[in-house]
Amino acid sequence: MLTDEVGQGGTPASGPGNNAGHRGGASQNLVQLITPQGERVSHPEYDPWVRDISDEQLGSLYEDMVVIRRIDTEATALQRQGELALWPPLLGQEASQIGSARTLREDDFVFSSYRDNGVAYCRGVDLTDIVRVWRGNASSGWDPYTVNLAVPQIIIGSQTLHATGYAMGIQNDGADSVAVAYFGDGATSEGDVNEAMVFAASFQAPVVFFCQNNHWAISEPVRLQSHIQIADRPAGFGIPSMRVDGNDVLAVMAATRVALDRARRGGGPTFIEAVTYRMGPHTTADDPTRYRDANELEDWAAKDPIRRVKALLERKGLMTEEFEAAVQRKADAVAREMRAGCIGMPEPEPLDIFKHVYSTPNSWLDRQQDHYSRYLASFGDHAGADSEEGGYSRYVASFGDPAGADSEEGAR
Amino acid sequence: MTATMIKEFRLPDLGEGLTESEIVSWKVNVGDTVSLNQIIAEVETAKAVVELPSPFAGVVTALHEQPGTVVEVGKPIVSFEVEGDAGAQVAAGGAAEAPAAKREPNLVGYGAVVEATGRPARRPRNFAAAPPVAEPVETKPVETKPFETKPVETAVPVVEPVETRPVEPKPAETVTGERPRSTPPVRKLAKDLGVDLEQVTGSGPGGLITRDDVRNFVGGGDLPAAAQELAGEAVPTQERVPSAQPGEREVRTPIKGVRKFTAAAMVSSAFTAPHVTEFLTVDVTPAMELLARLKASKAFAGLKLTPLTLVAKAALIALRRNPTLNSRWDEANQEIVQFNYVNLGIAAATPRGLTVPNIKDADRMTLAELSTALSGLTETARAGKTSPAELSGGTISITNIGVFGIDAGTPILNPGEAAILAMGAVRKMPWEYQDQIALRQVMTLSLSFDHRLVDGEQGSRFLADLGALLADPGMALAMV
Repeated sequence: MLTDEVGQGGTPASGPGNNAGHRGGASQNLVQLITPQGERVSHPEYDPWVRDISDEQLGSLYEDMVVIRRIDTEATALQRQGELALWPPLLGQEASQIGSARTLREDDFVFSSYRDNGVAYCRGVDLTDIVRVWRGNASSGWDPYTVNLAVPQIIIGSQTLHATGYAMGIQNDGADSVAVAYFGDGATSEGDVNEAMVFAASFQAPVVFFCQNNHWAISEPVRLQSHIQIADRPAGFGIPSMRVDGNDVLAVMAATRVALDRARRGGGPTFIEAVTYRMGPHTTADDPTRYRDANELEDWAAKDPIRRVKALLERKGLMTEEFEAAVQRKADAVAREMRAGCIGMPEPEPLDIFKHVYSTPNSWLDRQQDHYSRYLASFGDHAGADSEEGGYSRYVASFGDPAGADSEEGAR
Repeated sequence: MTATMIKEFRLPDLGEGLTESEIVSWKVNVGDTVSLNQIIAEVETAKAVVELPSPFAGVVTALHEQPGTVVEVGKPIVSFEVEGDAGAQVAAGGAAEAPAAKREPNLVGYGAVVEATGRPARRPRNFAAAPPVAEPVETKPVETKPFETKPVETAVPVVEPVETRPVEPKPAETVTGERPRSTPPVRKLAKDLGVDLEQVTGSGPGGLITRDDVRNFVGGGDLPAAAQELAGEAVPTQERVPSAQPGEREVRTPIKGVRKFTAAAMVSSAFTAPHVTEFLTVDVTPAMELLARLKASKAFAGLKLTPLTLVAKAALIALRRNPTLNSRWDEANQEIVQFNYVNLGIAAATPRGLTVPNIKDADRMTLAELSTALSGLTETARAGKTSPAELSGGTISITNIGVFGIDAGTPILNPGEAAILAMGAVRKMPWEYQDQIALRQVMTLSLSFDHRLVDGEQGSRFLADLGALLADPGMALAMV
């Protein structure tokens, strides 16, 4: 399994800052700075990029990873308790998300997928806003311009096009910010991602393609989608790439800094393959035991991204009881806040659906809204004790499609 | 304030759009104190087995459903006594509000509320009178629950008796406020037959007009068989009660999951491969004596040796001399695939139903290796942790019906395989032994094979070889 090999930190064929990158056919070695056992290994080309990371900052990266794992666990529990309709767990991908997102500047703009809730946390998205869409209360959770993070794409890979377009805009502005697209291994099979890479290369746009290769596109293993390492694909587009241990927060950080630096200096796009593993199901509606070997999960559990940083902090004597307790307190507080925000979210009103279609008034939409509100009013005094409002809500929630019942017969 | 209150946890939609789930097991008992997010139950949906974390911190006061029960989404499954004032509880679990709450949010996690009528109550418009078709709600608050809804709290008939269905056209002036409920194919049928749907009374859920209603309307009251069937079906529906109640005469379980898969596999196997079954009853006393000796020997210390281990090993040896039984009929390519390896399937009864995981390259294993593989395989299967890889690629199977005390049967082939062996119970029976009647340990072997691939001769030789090995394990020296 070509794409599964992990753990040979050491000797990349060419320097990370080298614009030529890896454009040949040869497979790349995995960049690793912290081993799964928590040992800091030196890497002549990538070390300089994380030399400034102090012990305190390492501790803060650890905290972030623990917190987003806690967010993930809490959200999964909320789904099982009927408070969220769905949740796509990020378990196992904490280092990829924290290592990259913590490297970004505020004026960089991120285009993420549905699983990148750790990235959203780093960008400062309100905890309640993170779960808003998953509760089904809104069609998008936040204003992208307040946090420079577009709302996550459910459509696979389309955000790479948005990021490339945004990066071309940055070029026109003459700014030195960068657009970053987050996507998975499965997305690399999509036309959108390939088109985005063509444009990014043609225009040498300041965009970073950050691919979290978590090995599974729902139930499709990466080895079936890519017979070569994913990091070897961008070479065909003339885009330099790096292949890093996605469970190693420092390696991810170093690689992201290399890519951002290149983009800021006008060097064009970079592709990062962060080799990680989706330890949970695709979403809360999925059962990975039906298609995945339990041994594989065990192998990856041994490469856990959080445990290795913890081990490194222990080696350095930084993992004190107070520190650990403080991290736990923070994680619990975040989980509590998110739970309260989720459960306390006011329900949307039926007519809210008209609010976010156009930014300016639209007569056709106004007419539809008028018809719809009169239609809803026709249920008004029928529900007895129910308020009018309650009547609407129940109707809309249960029978969004009044013709839905037809399917019973139609399906025969 | 430390007043306590009872909170119910209603079964959420755990997948995307699921309507029910089965309680697999409870991880807590009544009286247990649980913390927030503590795992309280294991639940199987059509998609996955998942663990349910508690939405409250408190004491369990009731478990409303037994393990093995299929529960509709939205039904209470467990109640908790929780401390604290009402304000705090809002934060602890809004969606699990008691049913009495004036507004029941069902936007999240619970799918659509199953309304009594299957449709909302609409205020009549300014037409003169609201005909029954437009307002099924007021006239029958309970009975219009959809068919598949299982527990009906009150024993009101779900479908009106057929005789009462009006078949005469209604007066033309009975204009309804909205189009009668029907489906596109039914509307097409009505159009083809020249029927005005406004005149037809629907017998389906919520007054839905079915094909039969349209045909009945045309036939002037003559009920086709299908309609009578439909009416007949209503009877069990109305009698259906929660399974815990005594005196229940039948229980209807939707066909799904492993059962559905097993059924499809068995039907496809039974109707594609012409099965032949042969039986052979063997005096296995020498094999049982060997088993006892092996168990006592140091080489097999700690290993689980059973009659199945020996039968499997003997079958693998016999298979070497009769490889035809280890092959596959490839219909698509019009080829017979002869396997030069044996992936030995073992039928296992698991909590999730029948599965046939297989031991890869079993023919290359020593007896000790085989024994380890067998116990590993059954343990994994019983724990429900069998991986998809272990379930596919089998070449021949054994089913051990002897463990249930059964002697013989006609096993159905695992689809794609040419043979399956059922081993019966080892019984002490009076048997001919050295020209005398003696009490011997006897077992019946039943072998089914695919007659497209395997002729009677080959099947018989295999079975005879297998019998010879079990009757005299020393024969192995002559066979390998």
